[in-house]
Amino acid sequence: MIGRGHPWLSLAPALGVTAVLFGGGLVLGLMGSFGMGRGGFTFDAWSAVLSEGRVWRSLGLSLWIAFASTALACVIGLGAALLLRRRFPGQGLARLLFQINLTIPHAVGALGILWLLSQSGFLARLSAGTGLIDGPAGFPALTQDRYAIGIIAHYVWKEVPFIGLILLANMQSLGDDPEAAARSLGASPFAAMRLVLLPLLRPALIRAGAIVFAFSFGAWEVPVLLGQSAPTALPVLAWQRFTDPDLAARPEAMALAMLIALVSALLIRAAFAGRS
Amino acid sequence: MRTALGLVLIAALMAPLVPLALWSVARGWFFPQILPATWTLEPWMRAFAPRSDIPGALLTTTLIALAAAGLALALGIPAGRALGLYRFRGKALVELALLAPVIVPGIAVGLGVHGVFLRLGLTNSALGVVLVHLVPTLPYVIFVMSGVFANYDAEAEAQARSLGARPLQVLWHVMLPAIAPGVMVAGLFAFLVSWSQYILTLTIGGGRVVTLPLLLYAQAGAGRNDQAGVLAMLSLAPGLVILALVARQLSGRGMTFGGTR
Repeated sequence: MIGRGHPWLSLAPALGVTAVLFGGGLVLGLMGSFGMGRGGFTFDAWSAVLSEGRVWRSLGLSLWIAFASTALACVIGLGAALLLRRRFPGQGLARLLFQINLTIPHAVGALGILWLLSQSGFLARLSAGTGLIDGPAGFPALTQDRYAIGIIAHYVWKEVPFIGLILLANMQSLGDDPEAAARSLGASPFAAMRLVLLPLLRPALIRAGAIVFAFSFGAWEVPVLLGQSAPTALPVLAWQRFTDPDLAARPEAMALAMLIALVSALLIRAAFAGRS
Repeated sequence: MRTALGLVLIAALMAPLVPLALWSVARGWFFPQILPATWTLEPWMRAFAPRSDIPGALLTTTLIALAAAGLALALGIPAGRALGLYRFRGKALVELALLAPVIVPGIAVGLGVHGVFLRLGLTNSALGVVLVHLVPTLPYVIFVMSGVFANYDAEAEAQARSLGARPLQVLWHVMLPAIAPGVMVAGLFAFLVSWSQYILTLTIGGGRVVTLPLLLYAQAGAGRNDQAGVLAMLSLAPGLVILALVARQLSGRGMTFGGTR
């Protein structure tokens, strides 16, 4: 730390690019949602979007996907971190393989989940091979299904290592001392974990969870492949409006994009408020 | 017990890769065959045949990711230095502004960026795609580099200057060797983040700029599962190589910030 100073010259290029791309993108999206740029200023797109049942169903679906994916990823990620932090035969290899998912593009993972879980997929074939089911129809619909199980499965699959590795890094920097102290005062291993370790991990878990939530709420390539056709996840609906041949649907697409941005902004505020 | 649970965990994480890998070496693999009846390298030969789209997409994706990573480093190293070494008014706000693009979903920004780029004539071009990939890659580089500079001893620069080194010499001989490992990690993962982009590429590239993820969905959607399998394997490759390269350098924290999204 050099201390106080004026580092604005070094920050200017990055800030400028972020302002144009990120700020400009958000501002133009907001203006577009009010019909500006095509002369005038109206709330038409917003009132159309907010009074449409399909939009609310899509919003509900996306919130369900995000909540379920985040909760499962956090719980399983925590379990995986607790598992991987102690030495056991094969721990090094397991840790290495655990990281692989982080590098896999979402599109690749989503296609893998589709071919794994669909009714003619790999698991269905294994079930048929072992005589559990007679044909594809006997296998439960896990992709393009009502409850978005395939989508949630994808996010959990992809984000468990993300959550797990963040928690592992935090456990390493905490060390064993806090828990050991609790144990020496008579706490059971489970109580030491619940009352000492988990509260210490909480801030990291909340921040990592917020990132997972925002992504699973706003990603497009996963629900477009693994989701059913109606209702669609909110980002898929926004993209449908954006690519609608009827250009009048553009402002509605922008309004939906802003709705997605708003939810993620509220989330950043909630999760990162009072940081350090 | 731990070994058994670890096996279950890793098996579950690897499972979706199995059908992808099998399709890339299969011919006509239909329900209820558990494994392909015919194993063949034909999908790979077809993928690299003269009339295939795959080599072009591979080149496009690689060049875009290299350019996006290079630009993100050029912009992000100075910013990371400022955030890592200095305390100043409004720092928290600057950090929030620079890192927020990672959390705000691509489609929320992308549709508006499309409007900006339309005015600048950057839509449907690889250059536009490179620039829009800065939205997810730049925060990652800044985050990694500010961490690197927070542990960097700037006193060495003062000593070099007092011994008569010129500013460029100081940068090249003092700063660069000290931050080189961090630069490598940041650059490799910026590459990977760009490599994995889908919706930003589609929005700005307008379908004219065809990268591997776009071609992957196109081939799978057209029922050419063997070609999609090859594309999936090609898309995995840089991540595995990079993981092998940096596995020793990472405790996990730097890497987990980005992953690929």
